[in-house]
Amino acid sequence: MFGFGKRPAEVVADDGRIHARFLVRHAGFTLDVDLDLPGRGVTALFGHSGSGKTSCLRCFAGLDRPQQGYLQVAGERWQDSACGFFLPAHKRAIGYVFQDANLFPHLSVRQNLAYGQRRIPPAQRKVALDQALQLLGIGHLLERMPAALSGGERQRVGIARALVTSPRLLLMDEPLASLDLKRKQEVLPYLQRLHEELDIPVLYVSHAPDEVARLADHLVLLDEGQVRASGPLKDILLQPDLPFAGEDDAEAVIDGEVCGHDAAYHLLHLRLPGSEAQLRLPHAALPDGHRVRVKIKARDVSLSLQHAEGSSLLNRLPVQVDSCQALDAQMLLTLRLGEQRLLARITRYSFDQLGIHVGQALWAQIKSVSLLAP
Amino acid sequence: MPLSKNDLDAILLTLELASLTTVLLLIIGTPLAWWLARTDSWLKRPVGAVVALPLVLPPTVIGFYLLVSMGPNGFFGQLTQSLGLGTFTFTFTGLVIGSIFYSLPFVVQPLQNAFEAIGRAPLEAAATLRASPWDSFFSVVLPLARPGFITAAILSFAHTIGEFGVVLMIGGNIPGKTQVVSVQIYNHVEAMEYAQAHWLAGGMLAFSFIVLLTLYSGRSHKMRAL
Repeated sequence: MFGFGKRPAEVVADDGRIHARFLVRHAGFTLDVDLDLPGRGVTALFGHSGSGKTSCLRCFAGLDRPQQGYLQVAGERWQDSACGFFLPAHKRAIGYVFQDANLFPHLSVRQNLAYGQRRIPPAQRKVALDQALQLLGIGHLLERMPAALSGGERQRVGIARALVTSPRLLLMDEPLASLDLKRKQEVLPYLQRLHEELDIPVLYVSHAPDEVARLADHLVLLDEGQVRASGPLKDILLQPDLPFAGEDDAEAVIDGEVCGHDAAYHLLHLRLPGSEAQLRLPHAALPDGHRVRVKIKARDVSLSLQHAEGSSLLNRLPVQVDSCQALDAQMLLTLRLGEQRLLARITRYSFDQLGIHVGQALWAQIKSVSLLAP
Repeated sequence: MPLSKNDLDAILLTLELASLTTVLLLIIGTPLAWWLARTDSWLKRPVGAVVALPLVLPPTVIGFYLLVSMGPNGFFGQLTQSLGLGTFTFTFTGLVIGSIFYSLPFVVQPLQNAFEAIGRAPLEAAATLRASPWDSFFSVVLPLARPGFITAAILSFAHTIGEFGVVLMIGGNIPGKTQVVSVQIYNHVEAMEYAQAHWLAGGMLAFSFIVLLTLYSGRSHKMRAL
């Protein structure tokens, strides 16, 4: 399983990206992917179970050896089957978070954390233990044994254990899948902080659209071992030929910046890049300038030709029609809002009545906005 | 003193034989059990069956083949003679070799079960935390398989002490050299010395009971710890 690689990672020209090509053939399953991924931020590997997400992640880690493979991370080549080069898992600077945490049952939390950390040279220790403890809120658990932890705590320890090896690439295999909804809510904010506070690229395997919308910057859609789409999350969510925009609860994800809070009405004001308009949503106050991510469902957006006064809807924003796509009785529109885009779903009847065409300026009325990342 | 010098010699020799056999078996059995637990090779089943043979064969059969192969005309005997070591039949070394074969399944099977129960997951975690395969064997597999090692050691020790047929076939009955407790009991009974046979037999009974009691209480401790 682990091969004894004698050679270290090969240094190659660093283009700040991750290049990966894997071909894995089992009976009844083929994984054949060719990926060019950004070397920063969170990339979600998304797909149904059996789509090859975990197989793909295991290839990145070196836990499985594909028949053919090439992998280059941050200017280091880890694998190149063309010249028979394969860096075994224990020589790759990765952190791996397993679906079920996979802590060592015979070691305390402290010893679990130390296991990986003391196996890397001190000069390479960029993430301090204290930082990881604080980031994941597990300082009080150090002397416990894994069997005495809850599922959510175990998963947080698993993440911290991977982080303190200061990986160049953090691989997460559905870290929330084994948790119930409450535990998920407990762990998610920690994952978001990770994203904000550490500059480590993350590959995040998931089949939960919610998690992906909250955490990912880049999205790879896998289907039966093939890459169906790969690109920035916001763009992929809007592509009408992909399952996201085509589905009933299609949604757009947009970024905003906190620019005020109306304490009397408990409303948070967000500035949107490239737009005069502000978004308002019911939420507790957040510091000005704080960047947040919100999602807006296509079915919560209605359109009008004029700025409609006397409506109960909070948000009426000027938009421009970017594209139109017919879906049976309905039309799916993408709308330009400053530098970002929204999705709207309206009936074909209304579409024809309003005479909507690409490039037209309209008012979008938004029924509800939900905050994804505080 | 109910025990004769011969009896005491036999007890010491038995303990020596059982200790040495157990140590050697743990050294030989660990890699063998590891291989059996991990391999997908077609050899896994045949090798597993060979390891388990002493469980079903009469000890006299094992003893007979060992006697023949270690004897002056046997393959192993010729090898040891050509190395200038003489033959191992009717020697303590011969007894140790016989005991290793005889007690092999009692070491390999608990270890194999322990390794299989650990599974691949902790090893994969260790690998992603920069532990080389050797490193993870010592830092993860050994501690996790500790109950398996304790069971293997106890069973091997106890089983070797109880060995009779193999000893008689390849070791004979030489006081101080190959005469172990089980053979000595037989000698006493043949000589109608029932009192002395009782002392040795009763000692064996008590010893075996204590060993099994330790083994079973150890197991329930482990259950509670998990």
